[in-house]
Amino acid sequence: MSAIPVDPTSAGNGVISQPAPAASETNYINEFGGLKSWLLTGDHKRIAILYLISVTFFFFLGSVAAAMIRWELTAPAGVVLESDTYNKVFSSHGVIMVFTFLVVAIPSVFGNFFLPIMIGARDMAFPRLNLLSWYLYMAGGILILAGMINGGVDGGWTFYTPYSSMYSNSNVTLVLTGVFIIGFSSITTGINFIVTTHKMRAPGMTWFRLPLFVWAHYATAVVIILGTPVVAITLLLVVFERAFKLPIFNPELGGDPVLFQHLFWFYSHPAVYIMILPAFGIISELIANFARKRVFGYHFIAFSTLAIAGLGFLVWGHHMFISSQSMYQGIVFSLISFLVAVPSAIKVFNWTATLYKANIRLQSPMLYALGFIGLFTVGGLTGLFLGSMGTDVHLTATYFVVAHFHYVMVGGTMTAFLGGLHYWWPKMTGRLYAEGLAKANAIIVFLGFNLTFFPQFIVGWLGMPRRYHYYYLAPEYQVYNIMSTLGSGFLGIGFLLPAFYLSKSLMNGRKASANPWGAHGLEWEIPSPPPSTNFLQIPIVLDEVYDFDPVTEYEQDRAQQAIEHAHEHPGMMDSHDETASKLEEGGH
Amino acid sequence: MPFNFPLQPPRASSFADQHDALFYTLCILTLLFTTIVGFGVIFFTIKYRKGSPADRSRPIYEDLRLELSWTIIPLILGLFIFYWGASLFVTMRVPPKDAQEIYVIGKQWMWHVQHPNGVRENNTLHVPVGKPVKLIMISQDVIHAFYIPAFRVQMHVVPGRYTTLWFNATQPGKYHLFCSMYCGTQHSEMGGTVVAMPAKEYAEWIANGGQSTTPMTMEQSGQKLFTSLACNNCHGAKDTVKGPSLYSIYNTRRRMSNGELVLADDAYLRESILRPHNQLSAGYGQEMPEYQGQLTEEDVIKLVAYMKVLGLPTAAVPTSGTDRGSAVTTGARNSMTPLSSNAIQFQQQGENPTDATPTSRKGNLSVNAIAAQQEAAGQ
Repeated sequence: MSAIPVDPTSAGNGVISQPAPAASETNYINEFGGLKSWLLTGDHKRIAILYLISVTFFFFLGSVAAAMIRWELTAPAGVVLESDTYNKVFSSHGVIMVFTFLVVAIPSVFGNFFLPIMIGARDMAFPRLNLLSWYLYMAGGILILAGMINGGVDGGWTFYTPYSSMYSNSNVTLVLTGVFIIGFSSITTGINFIVTTHKMRAPGMTWFRLPLFVWAHYATAVVIILGTPVVAITLLLVVFERAFKLPIFNPELGGDPVLFQHLFWFYSHPAVYIMILPAFGIISELIANFARKRVFGYHFIAFSTLAIAGLGFLVWGHHMFISSQSMYQGIVFSLISFLVAVPSAIKVFNWTATLYKANIRLQSPMLYALGFIGLFTVGGLTGLFLGSMGTDVHLTATYFVVAHFHYVMVGGTMTAFLGGLHYWWPKMTGRLYAEGLAKANAIIVFLGFNLTFFPQFIVGWLGMPRRYHYYYLAPEYQVYNIMSTLGSGFLGIGFLLPAFYLSKSLMNGRKASANPWGAHGLEWEIPSPPPSTNFLQIPIVLDEVYDFDPVTEYEQDRAQQAIEHAHEHPGMMDSHDETASKLEEGGH
Repeated sequence: MPFNFPLQPPRASSFADQHDALFYTLCILTLLFTTIVGFGVIFFTIKYRKGSPADRSRPIYEDLRLELSWTIIPLILGLFIFYWGASLFVTMRVPPKDAQEIYVIGKQWMWHVQHPNGVRENNTLHVPVGKPVKLIMISQDVIHAFYIPAFRVQMHVVPGRYTTLWFNATQPGKYHLFCSMYCGTQHSEMGGTVVAMPAKEYAEWIANGGQSTTPMTMEQSGQKLFTSLACNNCHGAKDTVKGPSLYSIYNTRRRMSNGELVLADDAYLRESILRPHNQLSAGYGQEMPEYQGQLTEEDVIKLVAYMKVLGLPTAAVPTSGTDRGSAVTTGARNSMTPLSSNAIQFQQQGENPTDATPTSRKGNLSVNAIAAQQEAAGQ
């Protein structure tokens, strides 16, 4: 996308629309110094960095819990942990990963950083609310950790009553209070996204010129605002029942334990979309920019996002087919679940079709994006087994479900998070990382992921229930558990390696140009890292989003190849350098 | 131990075939669509990689016919699967009128089964083959879920309301029974065995008060008593603070609390069961209840017979592969490890189990594993 350019010849190549930056430039990182300037910042970019550090920390804790689970499951009767400890470990894994990572990570890091820039705004609509959301997140996160360290919590991340409200002897109250507070962090972020998208788009940035990343975050924000209050109230009711014996869910006092499941899933199914829609947004950006082609069916992807956000609120009962809800109720939920599967399928087909007649650069972010398509396809299709009532009866609450949602949440959201991190890292930090390692890592993550979670489909189909510490009643499940644990080792490497080479790039990575990928989008038209105000002057948007020209680029590539061949130094340069230098040649 | 790779659970009910037909249809659909998408992604990525000579002229960015076709085809397939799944579900939810009713009570952490003629069993469910059976289930505490993978049935067991589950077993055999809803400390041990018996055998079994008509050896009868009296709660594989281990003590010299050495022979064992406080093992107090007047001499003989073989190498005692850890170790560890305390409470309460409160447990094997061992012992 180009804006009114200073240099008219650069139109259509996505190159700078901004006044050329001064040589000794200040950016959002170095303009103000000191810890206080970070902790009291209103800059959406700095808040995004605060979030990046915090979610990475929580992800690390959740991963340690996952590693303990996998180690414990290598033997049918456990390895080192007591059952009580094991139950707390898997509950901690779920709570940390869902509430402090998956729900938060992509919107609060990449959404915060790039949504204002992508629409040509200088900041979020409510910068101080934005900062408040980080403090709420940290407060909630610390309460959750306090509960886990000081005695632990069990019951799984779903906290079904009456176990959680009457029977569990663990720190349910403290942890639920933490989750409750984190909910408000989500809500404030959601409000900011909606208001910013409505009110702060640059001139010429019409709704259908919005990058799909913005559409995805807009839809996510709507879901957050409608859903989160419900789960907040629900969790509060559990806390009241535990603390004050207020009979809501306890059947002995006339409460209804199944009511909790309805209220919980009314939020928590849409929460699945809070976790995956932003990932869809990242993938649309990656596919378009590395295929160097406008996303196929832009309008269909945008509207399918809204359709998912809307229909997503009407399918919660598919978690409860065997919960004793009415059979007829279940049939309606199943029907709508099959309807909501269609927009997800539309997205996958459109991304695939984008690759047709494209000009594909297989750089590390694109490898994650392609991996995402494969893993999300499997994750989505195995969802049909669970949306279909007849098969759900056997498969629900087994490892089949565990595998299914890890394909969506890890294969989907986490892969997209890594893809986005690699894509925007040069923009956020101004540094380039080791591309070769990053590519290898994308492959390690893909293979390690499949080795970890595919065996879980089989062992779930055999009947192994989830949340089982021991399976000595059915030792034939062991072989698949061992495969899964092996895979998780590889997956762990795939998560640690980026921490290593990305940190290293901060110390001695090469400086990134404004647009190292040759990508299109307003965020690539400002310096890396961006100045505190993002834009020195507010851009005026004239062109459509993703305005690549694959035909011309193809001809340029061929010409470039011919020149390189003539000069007899093939393959000496990194591909993104090639792209950048070629673009400059084309642009000036 | 060489691993085997089981690829499907046993099919032992009338639902299993219907379920698997839908399951495998879905597998084929998944494979088909994954292949289409995967092939498309890989093929395009190679063909249209940067600098490849492929033709890129006249690219398309939106095509209504394509969009409609990949909207409508998945929609139709989806609705077809929905209908199939929902109709199977209705079949699974509506039991036939003539189904035999069995009551199931779930509690932390065991399944209590009550057959209509009064036969009761824990963590084991005997059912006839070829006759529809309807389980009427309720929980006494938290939500549990009754799950028999081989029958492809699963249903929540909820406090305060009855739920039902029905099936028609088709293959005689022993199958896994699990609790599949997280219910606390011993959630993963709240399971056992479903025994599907030919209708005639089942009729005999139930008429015989839930006893197998095959005679048991003295050791087996003793083992059954040993678990039902919860001896193994305190007398495990190793000495604990609760009680000394009884493994391989027969005919050995034991140090008493008064310093005396006593030969653990039949007489000593009998005396220690009926009047344990007369001769306390060194380091132990009077925790063990006296069984005088509570056991018949016949029972004592059976118990002593069992203690004679307890702790001997595998061949001497009937054991099973379900022993804790046996799948990872060589299987040499023997069958008896303590019964969990809640299971004992349940047994002690007899007719009135409602007062039971769950208590936590440290590392002991639950009643399930013992039940499984008894099954394997050829009861």
